[in-house]
Order: sequence, then structure tokens, then C-alpha cells
Amino acid sequence: MQKTYEYELFDYTPSREQRTGEIERHAVVIVGGGPTGLSAAVDLANHGLEVVLLDEDNKVSEGSRAICFAKRTLEVFDRLGCVESMRAKGVTWNVGRLHYQNEEVYNFDLLPEEGHAHPAFINLQQYYVEQYLIEYLQTLPQAEIRWLNRLVDVETCDDHVRLTIDTPDGPYDTECDYLIAADGARSSIRTLLGLDWEGIVFEEKFLISDIVMKADFPSERWFWFDPPFNPGQSALLHRQPDNVWRLDFQLGRYADPDEASKPENVIPRVKAMLGEDIEFELEWVSVYSFHSRMLENFRHGRVLFAGDAAHLMSVFGARGANSGIQDVDNLVWKLKLVLDGQAPDALLDSYSDERVYAARENLAYTGSSVKFMSPGNQATLALRNAVLELAKDYAFARPLINSGRLSTATVYRESPLSTPDEAEFAGLMTPGVPCADAPVRLAGERSWFLPQVRDTFTGLLFADSLASIPAELLAQLTALSQATIPIKTILVTEPDDAPAEYRGFTVLVDAENFLHDRFDAQDGTYYLIRPDQYICARWRAFDRQKVEAALTRACCLSVL
Amino acid sequence: MVTTKLRLDPRLKNPDEFYKALADLHADASVEQSLVINAKLVFILANHIGDHDVLMEAIEAVKANEAIA
Repeated sequence: MQKTYEYELFDYTPSREQRTGEIERHAVVIVGGGPTGLSAAVDLANHGLEVVLLDEDNKVSEGSRAICFAKRTLEVFDRLGCVESMRAKGVTWNVGRLHYQNEEVYNFDLLPEEGHAHPAFINLQQYYVEQYLIEYLQTLPQAEIRWLNRLVDVETCDDHVRLTIDTPDGPYDTECDYLIAADGARSSIRTLLGLDWEGIVFEEKFLISDIVMKADFPSERWFWFDPPFNPGQSALLHRQPDNVWRLDFQLGRYADPDEASKPENVIPRVKAMLGEDIEFELEWVSVYSFHSRMLENFRHGRVLFAGDAAHLMSVFGARGANSGIQDVDNLVWKLKLVLDGQAPDALLDSYSDERVYAARENLAYTGSSVKFMSPGNQATLALRNAVLELAKDYAFARPLINSGRLSTATVYRESPLSTPDEAEFAGLMTPGVPCADAPVRLAGERSWFLPQVRDTFTGLLFADSLASIPAELLAQLTALSQATIPIKTILVTEPDDAPAEYRGFTVLVDAENFLHDRFDAQDGTYYLIRPDQYICARWRAFDRQKVEAALTRACCLSVL
Repeated sequence: MVTTKLRLDPRLKNPDEFYKALADLHADASVEQSLVINAKLVFILANHIGDHDVLMEAIEAVKANEAIA
């Protein structure tokens, strides 16, 4: 176990059901207390839903697991209300450097522009992420975590799911309207339901050795191909909090994991990488290889799969935990509408559609990275080495080097929930894209745009002057805010002296023009944004019928 | 094979010279080195071409030719 982190052991207490012997029906049960399951619990509880989370253990995750949390994930954590502790503890980074043999051949900045609240990435150990999510959950009365609750059976019925759970006091049954299966790579729910878990194993082996050392290396992701200290293979160095450093060594396909992970074999590798005189301690050592697998469908009746239970991939690109949390971002607002009876059950099919699409993209990217590091035959080895050698001399070859295509939010191209553009728009904010952040002024104070757009549908109306907005239009916006599925409107304007609120709508001042620029907005431009901050439609002028049609589409309201 | 952007009509100004230069490039190379040499040339020429559609059509042309080989 790690020396730099102290594990709190959470208490097992018998549930009410165990005490009364009565089976209860919960709206949502989540199985799995990793970053995905915990994020789902926070999101559901924030929406006012009662949620029960079952975890078979009584502490946060052990070992060296996810560490790189991407900007989009941080924006989700911000929406959940959990990001501050993570930003305070985490190590911020934006720059990566690639080395071939002895020299740097390429560097990249993952967030080369200003005007975003969050950086491209923070590094933060998975156990800290879980700890902060748990601490937040403990403040929410609607959320209940049941520790040492291990799922042993699941029965899916038309209108509910029945679970059998084992505990230190013996088994009990419970029921739920919907079950979120966030129980990880070895998901028992997936096995119990007999689902195909198709994919491949990459034979290549990698050694993680996290070390504790005080060093002045910058907080950048450093990657090597064929360095002197690991000839013919790759290596990685990345800073984490608590003076812990992630070191990664590619071992080849035929390495013996037991031999490779012995301290007497690891320490020389570390010294070869960092220098003979560097003082360090081994914090964690493990050897691993990767799977690339996913379910064809993340929805099975009332069971919704998310995170590693739904998709597994190689770590290069940091797409595992990040996509699990982004699965939750996509799922919970839909589940809330369905549970409230405001959208049909068919809306949950769009969760699977959109996130299966995302998982395919993530598996493709991460698969390409492993293949670049571990070419499958002579010909692809030649291609790979050609790229590395050309990169020494020619800039064009450098972006071809693939040490990981770092995680970015998936764009839902052609999502059934999006309404295609009628008008011409420049820039990136197309339907299916998550909103860009931007600095704004709210009530005279400096603030950020994204946290204003959350948890409900939001309409963004750009107006050169508030007074010029027709009364009829304002009346229609008010009506939309009072509809069954409300659309909360935000007005974006430019004059510095704009009030914080106008006719009941929040006003944001786009003082530095970032919003107008990023959204290619003119006077009258209107965007419709989903509760997960993804754009679903936009027009050059507000039209109530079109907005309502887009909302209908985004919630599958016309599906019988 | 009909292509929309890839030019398959004769355009080499000095075909024999090019052929010889290419063969000479490999003259002293082992099989493994030759694989890398060819790969480098492919990347250099592909970058010069730039147009993704042309590159993909070229790959399709190879596949089609492989099928009849």
C-alpha cells in the first residue's frame, strides 16, 4: 500500500432493509464506488433524486490507477460542485514533450489559449478523486453509500431490477427502477447478465513504478521512444501530488512480470532514467497489459453501464476514467427526465448511442497509440521507426509520433438529439459539441460562463442591447422557462453597465468578447444547450417553434 | 480504376531516372532497412501531396492492384 496516502476505512452499517427485513424500491441503485459510480451518485443527488450506491469494499481505490483528469472532466466536476478540492490538490499541466533516443523531437501544448477556467489536465491520484467525491456525498442526505455491500445476483424485470447483495451480516435483496452498473473492468453485473465482452488483449507489457522524490522537473508529461535507459522501448515521466512521480517503462511482450516488478530490478531502471544520485523511494510497482473491449450497447433494459464496466482501453491518452465520468455527464440528466416522467424511456437509448460512439472513438485512439508503441509486424515497425527518425530532421513528421492522443470531449457528430444548423456559423460550437468556457462579468464581478449553464436546458440569447430585445420575445422566453421541461434563458450582452438580471433572466457581460468570438454570435443569435452543457441547436434568430422542436428532439419527446 | 482526384495518367518527367534512383536507394540495404527507407519516402511524398483524399485513393489503388496480383 502507498506510504504517501492514509486510507480511511468506512463503516459498514446494516441498511434499513436488513434491519426491517422489508424489500424497498429505490429510484436508482449504483453498483461500484469508483470515480464513475461516485460521480453518478453526486449528479443524481444534486438533482434531488434519492440514490443508493453499493461498494464491495470499505475504502477508496488502492494502487496507482487513474491520474490524468482532463479539462472536460474538470468541467463536469465543476458542475457537480466538487472541483475546488481537486484543483487545489492536483498538479496542473498543459505541455507534453516527446524524446527520441537522446533528444527532444516534439512538444505540444494541450491548451494553447487563455480564457478557460480549467487547464488541459490536472494530475491527481484516483484515491484523492474518490475521497473528494465521497466527502461531498456525505453532505447530501439523498445519497447513501453502503460499504461492504457486494452484488451477487441481479434479476431484470419489466419495471424494475432486483438485486441480491451480500454483506458481513449475510445477504439481502433490494429493488430499483434503474441500475447503474459502474462496477469496473471485472463487472459482475455484466457477467451475471451474460453479456458479450468483445475485444482484444495487447500482449505488450508495461511497468508502472510510482516513486516519491523531491525533484525540480517541470509538471510536464515527458515521453521517450528508444531512450538510452530503456533501449528499443518507451518510457514516461509525470508528476503527481505529494512528490509522487509516475514512471512508466515499456517492457516488451515477453517480459516476466514477476521478475520485472522486483525492487532490485526496478531501482536500476529508475536510476538509469533519472540519474544515479537522485534520492527516491518506491511507492508502488506493478506490471500490466491492456485490454481493448466494449459492450455493443450500454443499455440493457433498466440496467445502464458506465465506465470500465462498459469499456476498457489502454491508458495512453488518459481516456479511461475521463470517459467514465463523461458517461455519467451524459446519462444523469436523461435519467432524471425519465424518472420524473417528463421524457420517455427511449431517451435512455440515446445515452447508449452517444456513449457507444464515444467509446468507439476512445478505443480507436488508444489502440492506435499502443500499436505505435508496440508495432505488430516488421512493416509497421518500419513505419513507426521511419516516423521517429524523420522527426529528428523534419517538423512534418513530429505530429505523427503517437505516445497517446490525450483525452478531449467527444463530439457527438450526427447525434439524433441534435438539430442541424440552418444558418452559417464559423468556429467550433456546432450542435453535438460541449460549450466552450469563457470569462464573463456577472453582476460586475469576474466570473466564468460554463457554471451558468448546467442541470437544465439553457437558452443563450446574444443581444447588443437589452433594451432592444422585443417584449414579445421576452414573453416567449419567460413562457419557455415555465414549461414542463424548462429552458432557462441567459442573456449575453456587451455594455459594462448591464444589470445582473433583466426581466428575470441572468445577464452575462461578454467584456473580453470571448463568448461572441467562440460562439460566432451576432445580435439575436440564440443557442439551445443541454443540461450536460452540450449544444443541441442554434439559430441566427430566436424562433419559439424551432426551439420547442429542438427540445422535443433533444428529449425524444415524439418517440412513442 | 476510376479515381476522382488521384492522377494515374503518366506524369513522371524522367521515369527511368526515378526508377534507378529508387533502386539505388536500396542498393546496400538489408530487407529491414529497405522497409524503413520505403516508409520514409512514403511519408515524405505523402506530406508533399498533403491532400487526404488523394492519399486515400492511392491506398485504394494499391489494394485494387494487390487483388489482381
